[in-house]
Parts: sequence; structure tokens; C-alpha cells
Amino acid sequence: MKRFRIPPIPSSELTPEPVYLQRRRFLRELGLSAPLLLAGCGRSDEAAAVPEPTGPTGAELQASRPSRWDAKDALTSWRDATQYNNYYEFGTGKGDPARNAGRFKPRPWTVEIAGHAEVIGRFDLQDLLKPHALEERIYRHRCVEAWSMVIPWVGIPLGECLKRFKPTSRAKYVAFTTVNRPEEMPGLAYDVLAWPYREALRIDEAMHPLAILAVGLYGRELPNQNGAPLRLIVPWKYGFKGAKSIVRIEFWERQPATSWNLAGPSEYGFYSNVNPAVDHPRWSQASERRIAGSGTSLFANRVPTLPFNGYAEEVAGLYAGMDLRANY
Amino acid sequence: MSRPADIRLVIVKIVLFAACLLPLAGMLWDLQQQNLGPDPVAALEHRSGDWALRLLLITLAVTPLRQLSGVAEVLRLRRMLGLFAFFYASLHFAVYLFIDLGGFWRQIFSDIFKRPFITVGFLAWLLLVPLAVTSTRGMMRRLGRNWSRLHRLVYPIGLFAVLHYVWLVKSGQKIAVREPLVYLAIYLLLMALRLPWRRWLAALRGKAA
Ligand code: HEM
Repeated sequence: MKRFRIPPIPSSELTPEPVYLQRRRFLRELGLSAPLLLAGCGRSDEAAAVPEPTGPTGAELQASRPSRWDAKDALTSWRDATQYNNYYEFGTGKGDPARNAGRFKPRPWTVEIAGHAEVIGRFDLQDLLKPHALEERIYRHRCVEAWSMVIPWVGIPLGECLKRFKPTSRAKYVAFTTVNRPEEMPGLAYDVLAWPYREALRIDEAMHPLAILAVGLYGRELPNQNGAPLRLIVPWKYGFKGAKSIVRIEFWERQPATSWNLAGPSEYGFYSNVNPAVDHPRWSQASERRIAGSGTSLFANRVPTLPFNGYAEEVAGLYAGMDLRANY
Repeated sequence: MSRPADIRLVIVKIVLFAACLLPLAGMLWDLQQQNLGPDPVAALEHRSGDWALRLLLITLAVTPLRQLSGVAEVLRLRRMLGLFAFFYASLHFAVYLFIDLGGFWRQIFSDIFKRPFITVGFLAWLLLVPLAVTSTRGMMRRLGRNWSRLHRLVYPIGLFAVLHYVWLVKSGQKIAVREPLVYLAIYLLLMALRLPWRRWLAALRGKAA
């Protein structure tokens, strides 16, 4: 299927975050499609681009914005998205990753492709990304801890990337491994989880067009605490499925063991699809605290959690006939 | 007629009262300054819960402290400490119910029945209510011997509060469980200090002799 493409304009080059937020809201109120308007009014905004102390940092990325994936919800601010993270390799507190990730070196970076595929080996990140056009995708991000964000990721479709390595018929699963560098990642000194962190998807899940390999957020390269330089985003699953700082992608025939599932098999299933009907043993998954908006409201709003995080129409078919209670 | 010792006690009480309000002041200040991070509800929940538990354990430390120090006056600080523990526990509960759950407050019922960590937390708070209500001098007089019987509830309350914290930690998080285990150790120590060690030792010596 051919998708409508607009000329690549890095959204944040034109728009500091508050303006970015405001304009998206404004456009929504007008009922207009943001990408089209942005393409039209682009450069005239440059004068308004006052540097924002808490605003986006990092190198800008050129990305197109195929709007059919965009969530309509209010965005989480850059600050919240980069200061409130779960990345245990940098510590278990939500503020630890932002504090401790400074020493991490996301460059140079290589990714090893292994397992049941015709093309395997070690690839430079640039070579991995080169054949693909970067896209911006505004996704809801639902943590298993019952809070959520709405984040404009920049990335490439995971499936299109994986196909280049020609997985064989024995490739039924794909595993993603996070880098293991104790010198740069102080959290690795504690055996909180089975290091290195590993997550995995069924191959049809990985091939779904919603799944992406992200390299940026808010039109900028990923900050270290968000999983630089390459991370997985699977928006219909709980956030921990999205392995960060990926160094290895391996095609498996059998279902790989995954870190959180090993730590608490009764609490963190292999699938971990967002499901308001299946509670975590220690808290309800029926609703979530939405950390979003421009900071005008003091407290995060609680909103209902949607099946498959609101992407049921796109992905429910992957699980047809499966008991989602048993396969949580 | 007030003796110097009474005046000293009044001063100590005023200072303690102010000190017990400091955590609340800190929370309100950080709230006003927007210092509570991206998820202020969670921050308030954690801080009020922490102080409820700390004050509860400090209250439980009063009796052993008196025995060890021999200063009888510390007993007269116990009611205030206990009431502040109840105050922070109620604040904690209110934040959860009205700010965190908010429009989803009906979830509290399934939480209480289905989630062991909430069950014991709620039980701890519920059992604190009759203790707070009967903490006045008049009530003490009216209840007589039953008063101290009733107030022995504080021992299971302490255990429930500690379990509440131990159980809320995600499984597999060995570091995260360290802090609640410190509270558990303190609770067990405070309970152990109440056992009649002297009598047991004397009995042992008696047997040996
Ligand atoms: C009235 C019923 C209660 C409810 C509904 C309740 C609920 C909660 C919730 C939702 C959390 C946060 C869990 C998380 O972050 O995952 C929490 C944490 C906590 N609660 Fe409670 N709680 C109750 C009573 C109490 C009482 C009576 C105490 C102590 C006397 C207490 C002490 C704590 C402590 C120490 C924490 C952990 C704070 C931290 O993580 O630093 N709670 N409680």
C-alpha cells in the first residue's frame, strides 16, 4: 500500500516545544490536519523559535509525518518525557536515568543481527537506518505501572528493517538485547533484572507497521535516558517491551526468555499487551495517570485504559482466537 | 502552679508539634513550587506514606525509650506522635482516593479486596481510627482498663503498615525492597524490646543456680 508522504520537515527545527504543543492543539480545534498545515506554513515560524531552557536538545532529525498513526491526545512535554523514565540500567528511580546517563556513549554504535536470517552480522547503526526514511509517529506510551505519556517518536518501521535481513521460515520470534556496559550504566551493578536486558516479539508482531525502531523524540536524537541511540517502540504493549539501546537483534525459532518475565512470570507476561481487563496482581490496569499537557494542570489526569492501548483496530487481529487472559 | 519540669515539657511539645508539621510544609511548598516532578500525585503518595509509617514507628519507640532511658516524661509525647501518624496516614489515603483515583474512586473497592498491599494498608488505617477517636483524656478515663487493651491494636497496625510497604514493591526488584525491609527490621526490633527479657534472664539464672 502506498502511503501519502509530505516533504520531510523536522518539526522541532521550526517549533519550540510549547509552540509545538499549542499549535497542535490549535490545529486540532480547527479540525485541520497538522502535517499539511505545517508543510504549508513551515519557515515563517522560525522567528518565533526562542530557545527554551527545558525544551528539546540534541541533534535535529529530518522526518516525514504520515499522520494516519498520530494519536490525537495532548502531548507529554519534552521535559517530562526525558526526566521521568524507567531505565533500570541507570537506576531504579524515575529521575535516575536523566541523572546517571550522562556518561553513556551512544556513538559509535553497531547492531548485531543474528539467528534465523539469511543476512546476519554486525552493522553500523547508520547503515541499518540508511535505506529508510525517518517518520514521526505520535504514540500513546502506557507503562505497566499505570501511568502513560503521549510522545512524538522519530523512527523507522521495524518490519521493513527486519525484512532486509531475510528472516527464514524458522524465524518465529525476534529478540532485542540492550547494551551491557557497567562502566557507563551504574544500575548494572545491582542484579535487579537478568542483565543484559532482553525483550522479544512474535515475528508477526514485529512485522506490524505500528512497531518502530525509534532514534528520536520531538524531532531530536534520543537522549541517553530514553534509550539512545536505538530503541524499540511497540505502542500496543506495556512500555517495558520496548528494549532500549539495542545492540543485538536475533531471530529465534522458540519463544525467547525475557527479562521482566523472568523476574516475575505471574506479573509480566511475554505478550504484555495493554489490557484494562487483566489487572496486575498489585494494581488495576483499568485506568492510568496521563502525564501530559503543558503543565497547566497540577496533577496528571486519570484516564481509562483502552484495549491494546487504543490500537485494537490495528492489532487485535494478531491475537484472533487467543485467550488474552491466559496470554497476558 | 507550674514547675520548671512542666514548662520544659510544654516547650518540648511545641517544638515536636512544629517538627511533625515540617513534612506537610515540605509537601505543600514543593507542590506550590512545582518541585514534585512529572508525577506529583505519586510523589505526594510516597511522601505522606513514608511519614505515616515513620511516625507510627516513632510512636512505637516511645515505650522502649522510656524503659531504656528511665525518663518517664517521654510517655507524654506519645499521643501527639500517634495522632500525627494518623494524620499523615489519612492524608496519604485522601491523596490516593481523591487525587490519584479521582473520578475512578470506585476502584478503591476492588483495590481493597483484590490487592493484598492495599488490603493491609487500609486495615492499618481503619484500625487507627478508633485509636485516634479514643485518644482523649476523657476517653481514657471512660474506657479504663479497656483503653490499654484497645490501644494494643497498634502492634498489628504497625505490622500491617510495614507489610503494606514490603508488598507494594515490584517483584524482582531486590534493591527496591531494601528500604521496606529496613522498616520491617525496625518494627521487629521495637517489638522485641517489649518482650520480658529481664524476667526470662532471671528465670534462666534461677534455673542455673
Ligand atoms: C488507607 C489505605 C491506604 C491506601 C489505599 C494506600 C495506598 C498506597 C499507594 C497507592 C501507595 C503507592 C504505591 C506505589 O507507588 O506503587 C502507597 C505507598 C505507601 N504507603 Fe500506603 N496506603 C494506605 C495506608 C497506608 C498506611 C496506614 C501507611 C502507614 C502507616 C502507609 C504507608 C505507605 C508507605 C510507607 C508507602 C511507600 C512510600 C514510598 O514508596 O516511599 N499506607 N500506599
